[in-house]
Formats: sequence, C-alpha cells, structure tokens
Amino acid sequence: MKFSITVTLKNDVLDPQGKVVQNTLMNIGLNLKNIRQGKYFEIEVDENDQIKAEKNIDEMCKKLLVNLIIEDYKINKL
Amino acid sequence: MKSSVIVFPGSNCDRDIAVALEKMQFKNQMVWHKETKLPKSDLIVLPGGFSYGDYLRSGAIAGKSLIIDEVIKAANDGCLILGICNGFQILTETGLLKGTLLRNKNLKFINQDVQVKVINNETKFSNKYKKDEVLKINIAHNEGNFFTNNDHLQELKDNKLIAFKYCDEEGNVNQQSNPNGSLENIAGIYNSKKNILGMMPHPERMIDKLISNTDGINLFSSLFN
Repeated sequence: MKFSITVTLKNDVLDPQGKVVQNTLMNIGLNLKNIRQGKYFEIEVDENDQIKAEKNIDEMCKKLLVNLIIEDYKINKL
Repeated sequence: MKSSVIVFPGSNCDRDIAVALEKMQFKNQMVWHKETKLPKSDLIVLPGGFSYGDYLRSGAIAGKSLIIDEVIKAANDGCLILGICNGFQILTETGLLKGTLLRNKNLKFINQDVQVKVINNETKFSNKYKKDEVLKINIAHNEGNFFTNNDHLQELKDNKLIAFKYCDEEGNVNQQSNPNGSLENIAGIYNSKKNILGMMPHPERMIDKLISNTDGINLFSSLFN
C-alpha cells in the first residue's frame, strides 16, 4: 500500500524560502497571491489493512518526518 | 570533571570542543554515535557541524541515533548537557529542549563574530559571567532562527530559562542586533531544570587570545563551580 505525505509550515510560521520563490515568480511576470513551500514524501508499506497502515504512517510522521512545532501534515492513500 | 563529546557523521566542531575541554582540565572522551553505552560523564557535549548533511531537518536524524537514548537518560538523571549550534538543533529534535531552529531570516549562512548578552548568570553554565555581560562570540549557521510557541516563550521568561540574547556592542537587544531573526533575539536557552543548555554561538572558538578572544572560557570554568 502506498501513501503520500504532504508537510507544510503552519500558518503563523515565517516561510522565507517561499517568499523568495514568490518574488521570483512575480519578477518573471507571473502573478500570484501567496505561496508556501513544503515537503512531499511517498511511502510504501507492506500492509493490506488500510487502518493499520495509516496508523503506521502517522507514527512515522510524528516521530521523525514532521516537526510538529512548526509543521502540519496530510496523509493520502495513493 | 569528566566530559563526553558525541560525534556524528558530519560533526565538524567535535575536535574544537575537545581542545577547549582539555584546556579547561576536563577529562574528555569522544563517543561515536553508534555506541550504546556512555562513559561516566559529568558533562555531555553535542558539538556543532552538519550531522547527516542536515538531511530532513537540521539535527533530525542525529536526534534518533543509538547513543541519544543514553544521552536522554543521563539528562533525566541530571547530567549536564551542552548543545552547541548543530548540537542545539539536535537537542530540540530529541525533545530535551523545546522550540526549534528555523532557517535564518535572510536565507544566508551567517559566519561572523556577534555580541551576545548573558541573561541568566545563575546557572551551572554561566556563574562565572556577570549579569548582562556582553560577550563577543562566533556564530556559523544556516538554521539558527529560534522559534517556539507563546506558552514556551512565557515559560522561558518566567523561569529565567533564556541563557543568551543577541545584542550590539553596548548591550542593546533590538532588531538591528538580531543576526538571524530569532524570536526576541534568543541565542541560547535552558531546560526547566537548567542542566541542559542549547546555544547557537560557539564558545569553544573563543578560548584563545591568539586566534580570537577568551569570552568562551568562563562558560567552561563555570562548570567547575
């Protein structure tokens, strides 16, 4: 079973990299309102029970992949 | 006093801190991160560098290494722990210190001597300094922008857990004297029991007049008090 995990900075955390990307896009004439940069993981697990698998992925997020002080995450089944 | 310096792949200030500790008469041992036993130590140092190439987040992978369980146990038993630069980042990733270190606000790696002010001089790490003493210490980091939630910030203030703040030569703490965007200019913090200090500046680089200054010496000599 395969899952995707999207990690984003929480709203009140400054995202200087995102700001630079936004400025650059605007400098080359592409208009946008706001951009936030994040991280993306794809994880495959050897498990057929979706609930168990999601629990396992959730643990991975909490223990290592995500810094819960500054980041939020979303798990999606692929 | 016995000290242990934990060495990770990518640590690069491990030798500097060892030299500083030995100069200050510590009996020091280097401990590889794959070890599962710590030598008996009064002080454990997590050195600066780029452990695991800063993969995932600075300090995230080192924070899960084998020896870290022993470091956490020792910390809970009251052993003194000092995390410098990447060591500070590792301490936040292990949860031994709350908060986190974000990318510098200007997105640049900053390597310069900056002024920091001693905010609390009543700890095992700082008792040889005067209160509000201004030190000149080197910083060299890409992720030194201290950030935490409001509850923790209040706890830091209420319990005198802020160790150092960035300031100018006169000791003014303001935006101009904040090199990396850290919340309230915070450069170093303690845990609630004050046996753990995490700091971005490098005191081990300030122990010799010939190459810099000696503003870092009192941090190490304080530990003998």
